[in-house]
Amino acid sequence: MPAGTLYRGREGMWSWVAHRVTGVTIFFFLFVHVLDTALVRVSPEAYDDVVATYKAPIVSLLEYGLVAAVLFHALNGLRVIAVDFWAKGPKYQRQMLWTVVGVWVVLMAGAAYPVLNHAARVLFGS
Amino acid sequence: MSTETSPTSSVEMTSSSAAHSPDNPAPVIQPPRARTGRAPRSTRTNFEMYGWLFMRLSGIVLVVLVLGHLVIQLVLDGGVSRIGFAFVAGRWASPFWQFWDLLMLWLAMLHGANGMRTIINDYSERDNTRFWLKMVLYTATVFTVLLGTLVIFTFDPNIR
Ligand code: HEM
Ligand code: HEM
Repeated sequence: MPAGTLYRGREGMWSWVAHRVTGVTIFFFLFVHVLDTALVRVSPEAYDDVVATYKAPIVSLLEYGLVAAVLFHALNGLRVIAVDFWAKGPKYQRQMLWTVVGVWVVLMAGAAYPVLNHAARVLFGS
Repeated sequence: MSTETSPTSSVEMTSSSAAHSPDNPAPVIQPPRARTGRAPRSTRTNFEMYGWLFMRLSGIVLVVLVLGHLVIQLVLDGGVSRIGFAFVAGRWASPFWQFWDLLMLWLAMLHGANGMRTIINDYSERDNTRFWLKMVLYTATVFTVLLGTLVIFTFDPNIR
């Protein structure tokens, strides 16, 4: 590995990979999501049927995964913007990455109960 | 002119450049990015720069729109368990949330599609593959944006 590069093989490269993977994930979700929302133009029953799948316990886990992807992409996106526009951004890019990871962990812990308690209740009774 | 020192006396020549002299000049090399006959026709627009800027501006707005949407749909009173036709009817009764969803739809789709375009450019190696992947992407994007827009504007709470 060439010495002194800012990104290759280091945290910066992996954050770029994760940014790309999460971006693609959200894009495909959004495509399906607009299709399922369009069912409100078909009938209330058709819409409620498909939304019922969103409430299944395993799907709640997927929703938690989606929240993880959106949160990382959003926080890291702000970091990318700071690196590009803030004069000291490139200097602090690594510190900002660990800040992103820290804030992400805290928000994911906070999201766990609201997003997953419904599933836990269905699975284990309330 | 005896005072003038020849450049070769102060600079140590390597074997390849040492062979060149005024009588045997080095071959002319095109400056980088010069437009030669073989280069594709000039496309002098700032499209890629505007795309780059759009990714950043839309990203900042999307932080508010998408994170706000997720908090409303998944966290606030009951989260996903309260979503249904009646819930959507209640939300889209307000022009504020209609506008929120419309803006989110357009920005997220254009931002996502432009990002996917970058990724296709990065990984597809054959011109043909690249062309068709982009055609699929653009078709899906236009379809999704139009469908979502139509749904917001034609929503009818008293359907059936
Ligand atoms: C699992 C998490 C999600 C749930 C449960 C959810 C739920 C909903 C619901 C119920 C609606 C109907 C309108 C409303 O109430 O505002 C809606 C619309 C919409 N959502 Fe989501 N959403 C989720 C995630 C997302 C994400 C991550 C995005 C953006 C990337 C997004 C983008 C949109 C858009 C653009 C619309 C408008 C659709 C249209 O124009 O037909 N949603 N969502
Ligand atoms: C939540 C707020 C968001 C922020 C702050 C954000 C920020 C960014 C930024 C700054 C870039 C450019 C990265 C670069 O040029 O290297 C980017 C790329 C991208 N974004 Fe977002 N974005 C957000 C939401 C979304 C959404 C909702 C989607 C999907 C619909 C999405 C999909 C993508 C994709 C596919 C890329 C291309 C990734 C790549 O080229 O590696 N983003 N995002």
